[in-house]
Amino acid sequence: MAVAAERRKVAPGPRTRARRWFGGFRERDTWWAFAFLSPWLFGFVVFTAGPMVASAVLSFTDYSVIQTTHNVGLANYRAIGTDPYVLKSLKNTLIMTAMYVPADMLLSLLLASMLARITRLGGFFRTIFYLPVMTPTVAVGSMYLLLFNGNYGLVDKALSYIGISGPFWQSDPNWIKPGIVVMLIWQVGTNTVLYLAAIKNVPQHLYEAAEMDGASAWRRFKDVTLPMISPTLFFTFIILTIYGLQLFDQIYTAFYNPSSQNTASESSLMYVIYLFQQAFVYFHLGYASALAWLIFGIIMIVTIVQVLASKRFVYYEGSPK
Amino acid sequence: MSGRKRVGTLVVAVALVAAVATTAASARTGKTGGSSAKADTTLNIMGFGTNGDDVAKSRFAIAQQAIAPTTVSAPNGGFNDQQFLAAVASGNAPDLVYMDRAKVGTYAADGALQPLTSCVSSQKINLKQYRPAALSQVTYNGKVYGIPEFFDVRTIIADYAVLQQAGVSLKQLNTAHPSTLLAAAKKMFQSSGGQVTRIGFDPKLPEFFPLWAKVFGADILSADGLHPHLNDPKAVKALQFAYSLIQAQGGYNSFLSFRNTWDFFGSGNQVAKDQVGAWPMEDWYVNVLAGASPQVHTLLVPVRTLTGHVINYTSGSAWAIPKGSKDAADACKFAKTMTEVSTWVAAAKNRIEVRKAKGGVFTGLRTANIQADQAIYKLQPKINTWFDQNIRTLDGVMPYSFSIPASPASAEFQTAWMNAVTRVLQGQQTPKQALDQAQSEAVKAIKAATK
Repeated sequence: MAVAAERRKVAPGPRTRARRWFGGFRERDTWWAFAFLSPWLFGFVVFTAGPMVASAVLSFTDYSVIQTTHNVGLANYRAIGTDPYVLKSLKNTLIMTAMYVPADMLLSLLLASMLARITRLGGFFRTIFYLPVMTPTVAVGSMYLLLFNGNYGLVDKALSYIGISGPFWQSDPNWIKPGIVVMLIWQVGTNTVLYLAAIKNVPQHLYEAAEMDGASAWRRFKDVTLPMISPTLFFTFIILTIYGLQLFDQIYTAFYNPSSQNTASESSLMYVIYLFQQAFVYFHLGYASALAWLIFGIIMIVTIVQVLASKRFVYYEGSPK
Repeated sequence: MSGRKRVGTLVVAVALVAAVATTAASARTGKTGGSSAKADTTLNIMGFGTNGDDVAKSRFAIAQQAIAPTTVSAPNGGFNDQQFLAAVASGNAPDLVYMDRAKVGTYAADGALQPLTSCVSSQKINLKQYRPAALSQVTYNGKVYGIPEFFDVRTIIADYAVLQQAGVSLKQLNTAHPSTLLAAAKKMFQSSGGQVTRIGFDPKLPEFFPLWAKVFGADILSADGLHPHLNDPKAVKALQFAYSLIQAQGGYNSFLSFRNTWDFFGSGNQVAKDQVGAWPMEDWYVNVLAGASPQVHTLLVPVRTLTGHVINYTSGSAWAIPKGSKDAADACKFAKTMTEVSTWVAAAKNRIEVRKAKGGVFTGLRTANIQADQAIYKLQPKINTWFDQNIRTLDGVMPYSFSIPASPASAEFQTAWMNAVTRVLQGQQTPKQALDQAQSEAVKAIKAATK
């Protein structure tokens, strides 16, 4: 408490901080630093910040590329409220994310825990698990059509050997989302590698101490491994959630590609796919910009909630908890 | 560097950039304007590459000659909406585009295309030579915006071997008698262990819904493209019937998963393997079969309305000139040459030779130009009883064609009915509920597009 109060007392105010920051430009090194940063800064301004500002402006217009653009005020945002497909696609996306994120994290953790115990052929298995990540997402979407064909796909053929008929992953509305989750989990290797690195970094003496105290394997995992790797779990949780809310390429390839054998179903309509359709199929770019800002807001809120909740569950080494 | 020196350097740099830019701009102006620079002019085409088949290549060469000394730049790849709109919006519109006729109405309504009124009059293009169904797809608000090119013909392809095995006659594949057709489908259908192993009759839903609607007497869109009739009771009945065909053959899930296993373009296609009895299909598939599995025996059956009239649901491609085309005159001449009778006939003669050299057969060309089709038909060599009969059927149904008229919201309209049919197929809604919803979505989309 006393240290914190002391820190607050000596912490410089915003003016002082700003003066110090600008003061840095008197140093030659600061200029060099910005010179090296400039390619990234240029890219950020031109390819990220610029388009974001442009889309914010467009969201208040009826921009459709060719016709005269008019200012429509909040009409696009009001239209979102009455568009049934926005709600439908948002619901699909949230359900998908809720299914995909825990499934991916649990499986990755399981694989990483197993890999951590392997002493021989560890490198081989790491490579095997990571290989699917190298597959382009569009190829994953195409392979999904072959592997998950109801009745005749490899997955359904395998299931038939244990007496399971179907399911029809690509045409039954009840099975489309689980099918997509399984397709996404195909690329579980990235998180497996991250979790494995985190597990390997847990100090061995903590396990030894726990073992001496008579802790079972499960207790050691629950009370040592999980808290120690919680920053990595939290990081992947945020990244996967953002990825889940922006799902596009695999699903578009499997269901919305004109050459796809499947018919696009409302069960597979994800929010970003609907946004893409509005922007680049119907050319309602003003409306699509408003949709983009809505999903940006949702992602922002979800991430803030996750960060706030993380204070209870994530342990950072060196932190007072 | 002192401040004054720095300003001086900046001024020199700006002047240099300006000088270079001016030179480049004047060079560009010289290239596209004035008759003296005519030899350097290039006609930029989008959507029609030079890597097409022999028919495309031979016609392209003729059209290129027609506009000489203007040269042609036609990058490979089909028409891309985003690329086209970006080009038009940035003031770099191509001079000529080749696109699906279904898109012409929407782009015309958006002001991305120019009406071809002056093109038609200056090049003396006889619009009467084009099939009315094709012309209606490129006519928006009373003005023609495109020159129709190819013309798809949809008939029922029947696998003769399956028909024989199942004891079904061609007469039973008559869409004018739905109950007979349903019975024939059931007879040809086969399953094993709960899995479909042969589809008797595939109604090709959702994409052929407009055809089924027409069979039952409904036009799903008014001739002016502004009033959808998706929930017309006749259209609802059509969807009910087409859906019942699938329900009677294992249900949608099994039906679709089996259909997705077909090797559509290979030698082990669904006809070669007797995996289907009959289904409505575009005429280009006859060419595929001729190449992939010439040994199979198929027969084509015209689609008929409930009143017994032959119909053909058609679609195809067209040439259009974007607003901002820098060489509309050459664009018009090029499009006219590509679609005129002599060009089509030359392409057909060339194809006959090409096919003969490869040991293949010429199954005809079907264009939106009536006179060209008549001339090509005269060139048609005899192949065998099967092919000859099929070619006669295809050419015989062409005068009875209909199309979905040009609409200011064609993409949204199509999405509305495709989604509706899919909801029915997946058991989420009844045909009436689905088409009611589609109707309100289509009305809303067209209203927004015409606002």
